[in-house]
Amino acid sequence: MTEQIQTPPVPEAGPARAPDSDLLLEVTDLVRHFPVTRGVVFRRKVGAVRAVDGISLSVTRGQTLGLVGESGCGKTTTGRLLVRLDEPTGGRIVIDGNDVTHLRQGKMRPLRREIQMIFQDPYSSLNPRQTVGAIVGAPLRLQKVNVPGGIKRNVQELLELVGLNPEHYNRYPYEFSGGQRQRIGIARTLALRPKLIVADEPVSALDVSIQAQVINLLEDLQDELGLTYVVIAHDLSVVRHISDRVAVMYLGKIVEIADRDKLYAKPRHPYTVALLSAVPVPEPLSSATGQRERRARIRLEGDVPSPLLPPPACRFHTRCWKAQQICRTTEPPLAELVSGHQVACHFPENT
Amino acid sequence: MAPLLEVDDLRIHFRTDDGVVKSVDGISFDLERGRTLGIVGESGSGKSVTSLGIMGLHQGTKAQISGHIRLDGEDLVAAAPTRVRELRGSKMAMIFQDPLSALHPYYTVGNQIIEAYRIHNKVTKQAARQHAIDLLGRVGIPTPQTRVDDYPHQFSGGMRQRAMIAMALSCDPELLIADEPTTALDVTVQAQILDLISDLQSELGSAVIIITHDLGVVAELSDDILVMYAGRVAEYGSAADIFGRPDHPYTWGLLSSMPRLDEAKTTRLVPIPGTPPSLIRVPSGCPFHPRCRYTELVGGGRCETEVPPLREAVTAGHAAACHLTAEQRTRQWADLAAGRIPDDVKAPRAEEPEAREPV
Repeated sequence: MTEQIQTPPVPEAGPARAPDSDLLLEVTDLVRHFPVTRGVVFRRKVGAVRAVDGISLSVTRGQTLGLVGESGCGKTTTGRLLVRLDEPTGGRIVIDGNDVTHLRQGKMRPLRREIQMIFQDPYSSLNPRQTVGAIVGAPLRLQKVNVPGGIKRNVQELLELVGLNPEHYNRYPYEFSGGQRQRIGIARTLALRPKLIVADEPVSALDVSIQAQVINLLEDLQDELGLTYVVIAHDLSVVRHISDRVAVMYLGKIVEIADRDKLYAKPRHPYTVALLSAVPVPEPLSSATGQRERRARIRLEGDVPSPLLPPPACRFHTRCWKAQQICRTTEPPLAELVSGHQVACHFPENT
Repeated sequence: MAPLLEVDDLRIHFRTDDGVVKSVDGISFDLERGRTLGIVGESGSGKSVTSLGIMGLHQGTKAQISGHIRLDGEDLVAAAPTRVRELRGSKMAMIFQDPLSALHPYYTVGNQIIEAYRIHNKVTKQAARQHAIDLLGRVGIPTPQTRVDDYPHQFSGGMRQRAMIAMALSCDPELLIADEPTTALDVTVQAQILDLISDLQSELGSAVIIITHDLGVVAELSDDILVMYAGRVAEYGSAADIFGRPDHPYTWGLLSSMPRLDEAKTTRLVPIPGTPPSLIRVPSGCPFHPRCRYTELVGGGRCETEVPPLREAVTAGHAAACHLTAEQRTRQWADLAAGRIPDDVKAPRAEEPEAREPV
């Protein structure tokens, strides 16, 4: 690990924490490269998929950070790194004052109570051969938590908390619909009373009407239990609805991060502008008022380049309509333009 | 002139060990040339089964089809499979949801387009190849002369969907059905594909059916909208009617449960309670009644016993299958649109309905 000079030493693990800090999660220069190898006997590294390439962000207690981007931008990898399902190549993750970047499994285990994950697909994230009770109670058993009243009662309370019938304790996942399965997944996530929940596309596998139920549930739980969320999603409308702050990712980098209202009202990075203009709005072009014209949509040409060989300097320059020479040679830093609104662009919009 | 496509009381049922699955249960609509119809609904509402039925792709399966599908006056339900096969690909074509599984991985993209073209047209391989290159260029694939020899895996998701569109257009179909054409794509690519479909349509003048669960996509492309629920039509009308003054509680539910990108203030979402019904045991009466907030207003238990007919309430061409009177609907929708939240939503964690019976 590289030596951290600027920051005070943080204890490896344990209860020590910075008491004055509002920040539950701090991520600095997080990097995850997946090596690409050739050869069987003589394996040699021929390159790296730069899935996450130096991102920094922080989340305040009780708030929700939305992480948006297109497929392949590294948002899921970031989520997996945050809950330490994956080992970062570089950078630093501090959760509640504990540096967890390179903790071993044994040392990590007690901290897993603090940070949990909600998975995207409620069909593959629940073991079909276990009952709901076994699934939701598993974290308690694995962590050997002594729960007053026993695990069963605790699980039934959890089921009730997420709006399921506690009598369904002995049923199997196939007996539930997609939305109910997602609730089971959420109950399991809540079993250890975590502080931080990373939700990776929590509603994208669900139908619209069910999506709203789950979104409302997540909001209620946040109010009730004081949870902090990192919500990863590709749906900009969903992210707008539940986030306090929003970070936009492109090819392993954060290109813009700001408070929700600022970002949606005045996006500064051209990529964010294009992304927002691409979302179809449920309002017909010739509505009853007849006012709305066909929205000026920014057509981005082509696809996202491969993270194996990302474009040099500003990674968006190959698709950006404002790109100039400097964008091809110098990487724009993520700079704070107005308070709380950071953008990595040489020629930001809406200034 | 008669409409290009007339669907009349179409029923598509599947017999299974657990009972008859009534995927499509009596839907009717017309589609004129040059118009776009959007079919919206949740998963299991029968929208894909309808489109496959129109394309005649249930032939040879256990599906029981009744009713009429008339393409240019010719009934497809009664037609011989060989005749439907002739029409499929030439007069009507389909764009599938997932281009990776709809394209054959062993053949080059060009070969797949050439094959489709040569089945319906007596042309040389050379001419067909040139046609394929032209088509790929027309759907916006860069350097089509070389990309024509690529395999599907060498294309990105958006390019595969473009190739699918090129294939569907190879014989200038009069009817184009797009089944969730952009669901598998990212927003920026989705925007490209939606623009492409609407550009091509105005160029060719075909009739288009677009099937999706995304109300934004429908609003973007459709002239008319059909809202399906449990295999039946809940509401039918022009896009302006459906979004401006929707008449069916299910449509209200869909509209108010969606987070909006353009809404400045964040209101609480109003979900539709419960889950879509099993198509084996479709609820009696109005299939939406177990999830409806307004059955009390109708009273007399009519929603539970009486199937509401699809009828026009105020405007011609705008019909809904609901027992509520026109005034009740206007008032309820005005309330919802003004941001009133129904009482059961405020209550935290309304009681979830029973889990599905084991199937």
